[in-house]
Amino acid sequence: MPHHPFRLSFVVLSTVLALAGAAVAQDATKATGSTADHSKFKELQKDFQSGPEVTEACLGCHTEASKQVMHSVHWKWEFENPTTGQLLGKSHVLNSFCGNVASNEARCTSCHTGYGWTDMSSPPPADEAAVDCLVCHDNSGQYTKLATGAGHPPLEAKGKTITGADAWVVDLKQAAQSVAEPTRENCGGCHFYGGGGDNVKHGDLSSALYHPTKEVDVHMAQDGLNFTCETCHHSDRHIFAGSRYDVHATDPEGTGKPGVMRKDVATCESCHGTTPHDMLTVTGIKLNDHTDRVACQSCHIPEFARGGVATKTRWDWSTAGKMDAEGHPLHLNEYTQGNGKELHTYLATKGDFEYGEDVVPYYSWFNGQVDYTTADQKIDPSKVVEINKISGSSGDGRSRIWPFKRMEGRQAYDSGLDHLVYSNVWGPTTDTAYWTNFDWGKAIAAGMKAAGAEYSGEYGFVDTYMYWPITHMVAPAADALDCRECHAQDGRLANLAGVYLPGSNPFSWGGLIGIAFFVAMAGGVLLHTTLRIFTRGGKGGHHD
Amino acid sequence: MTDATNAHDGDPQVETCPDCAERTVLVYPKFERLWHWSQAASIMALFFTGLAMNGIHDLISFEMAVKIHTLVALALLLLWVFATFWLFTTGTYKVFLPRMFGLLKVARYYAYGVFKGEHHPYQKSLTQRLNPLQALAYSALKTVIFPMVWGTGLVYLTYNFWETLPNAPFWLEVVANLHLAVAYFVVGFVILHIYLLTIGHSFREGVRPMVVGTEKVALTPEQEAYIERHERWRLVD
Repeated sequence: MPHHPFRLSFVVLSTVLALAGAAVAQDATKATGSTADHSKFKELQKDFQSGPEVTEACLGCHTEASKQVMHSVHWKWEFENPTTGQLLGKSHVLNSFCGNVASNEARCTSCHTGYGWTDMSSPPPADEAAVDCLVCHDNSGQYTKLATGAGHPPLEAKGKTITGADAWVVDLKQAAQSVAEPTRENCGGCHFYGGGGDNVKHGDLSSALYHPTKEVDVHMAQDGLNFTCETCHHSDRHIFAGSRYDVHATDPEGTGKPGVMRKDVATCESCHGTTPHDMLTVTGIKLNDHTDRVACQSCHIPEFARGGVATKTRWDWSTAGKMDAEGHPLHLNEYTQGNGKELHTYLATKGDFEYGEDVVPYYSWFNGQVDYTTADQKIDPSKVVEINKISGSSGDGRSRIWPFKRMEGRQAYDSGLDHLVYSNVWGPTTDTAYWTNFDWGKAIAAGMKAAGAEYSGEYGFVDTYMYWPITHMVAPAADALDCRECHAQDGRLANLAGVYLPGSNPFSWGGLIGIAFFVAMAGGVLLHTTLRIFTRGGKGGHHD
Repeated sequence: MTDATNAHDGDPQVETCPDCAERTVLVYPKFERLWHWSQAASIMALFFTGLAMNGIHDLISFEMAVKIHTLVALALLLLWVFATFWLFTTGTYKVFLPRMFGLLKVARYYAYGVFKGEHHPYQKSLTQRLNPLQALAYSALKTVIFPMVWGTGLVYLTYNFWETLPNAPFWLEVVANLHLAVAYFVVGFVILHIYLLTIGHSFREGVRPMVVGTEKVALTPEQEAYIERHERWRLVD
């Protein structure tokens, strides 16, 4: 049948126009193989006035969804470490970025998977309609949350969104009709922007993962496997596999039954097994020998912050507060990242920043346990304070060598009690927030009060390290770390104790003894030759 | 076969054989030559790749060095299994048995006589083609040095089977360092071995028998008769 160009383009055009709103939803339905097209549900064919109103519609069918979400870390922002007993989670811990949630709620809880959590001293809202279904399930691509709205979406074009973009009016009806399995855009909207901007916090989670090439992420590349986050981070009743507080640092179980992919953990081994390299080659066997001591990530994520988006590597709060000649808060943009975007290197509100791209990780033995320096712990301000301590050693039988982003910080602490402090940084209408008033004394006092912590009233600044396990942005096999990156003098693991690395010390005692033997023998030969020449013994006599 | 070392001239330190006839005989059968040259090539390959792994040079990648080193070492071990079998079944192992007789004479020659232009005090025979010093050196090499290399090498290679033992990383370091020290010693030995080919005859003459297999050696009348009758394949002329 001959194609008529006009007819063809007409069909295409009319289809596009007619299905503009529903197309996304139907595509999603097709893609997931779902038997439900939400755009056809009467319950969703209305002009929703708020997020919670949409959630109520969802709950009409998905009766248990909110209850499930409310049991998750995503909701509670609280995690009790089963090993250490430490009470962690966003609602409690301190970090070396914006510090803490307490007293900065509406800004920080903009990324809460709910609506209206405005006080960290209380649990999240108890109302089931306060769960934000759309932030994870919207597939229309135009749902977002307001940066300062305690989780609510922008319903007028004012302010910024959680990714820092100018806010737009969200179409809740379109979003509600588009729901499907979470995409990278859903997870990334919050997780790629942790710490207040693109890739600021993690180093291996950035907007480069929305549409990565194979070089940036071999699993998520759209021209490759095209994984979503959930391909690895399996969920069961809205609880997700994978935790930064209690890390699965080693997974000797592997794939479990042959040919079956395990769905309870988000480890590399759950798909790749514990002997992923070719057992029929020397290299493969040797690499498989590594897997019990070296995390997959150590070789297969040779650098993090790849793909053109930099990560913040140093944040010095102590220099904050400078004003320019006109008395306005000073700001400098002196770093241009790979994708061309200029980044702040100084902000009067936040101090000095440094960034890195294609960053070589910091390596450490790691058994999965992370101990946080909570605000009630005494610190030694004469040393670099570790905000979170990575546990593990060569000898504990369960540690592997892991890559980390080691964030360097300089942040406020209580110089009277030697504690880390909570600080109130955000609060446009308060007289305590640092970003509004540039007064550390007030900001810390307000933060400590909000967190219910003791404060001596004196503060100073202390250098800190914070460790972020690197596990995303897995490179193609061909880009895996060359052996000599570690098996060399001053290699990547030069400072790591408890491991013997062939090739890292050519002049070890064995090498020196051997070389001495060799030199003695070769020297003897030289001496003998010289003597033969001088005594004219020449070749000596022949054998008789 | 009878023993060829009969000292008739009253000097108990010198092994000579006045009744012997010099005949060109196949001294090194094909297997022995194959063994020698495979071993020589293997040791060179192990040396080169070992240095690469140890960080002395980076002419090849670490990965390739490990691959070659492992495969060549295992192949050499297999060859040694065959060679050991061959040595004992053919009785050739006897040439490597160390003996005191004539040892000092040869040692004195290398330390002194060679500078005076003296003749080499040792006469090769079919059953004792190695002089006492060589026999001592090779037997030490085979029973002490090589086992230390391949022993530590195998322990090194199989680290994953014993890494759960207490202080395994420390012992791995010990094993690796021993392996390294002895390996350098072996290379020193190779240098000596090659150098000694330049003494007593030209280098070419020294190497030739191990290439073509034949060499002029002294045969006692009994040996000659035995070979004429039972091992004619050994006689070239």
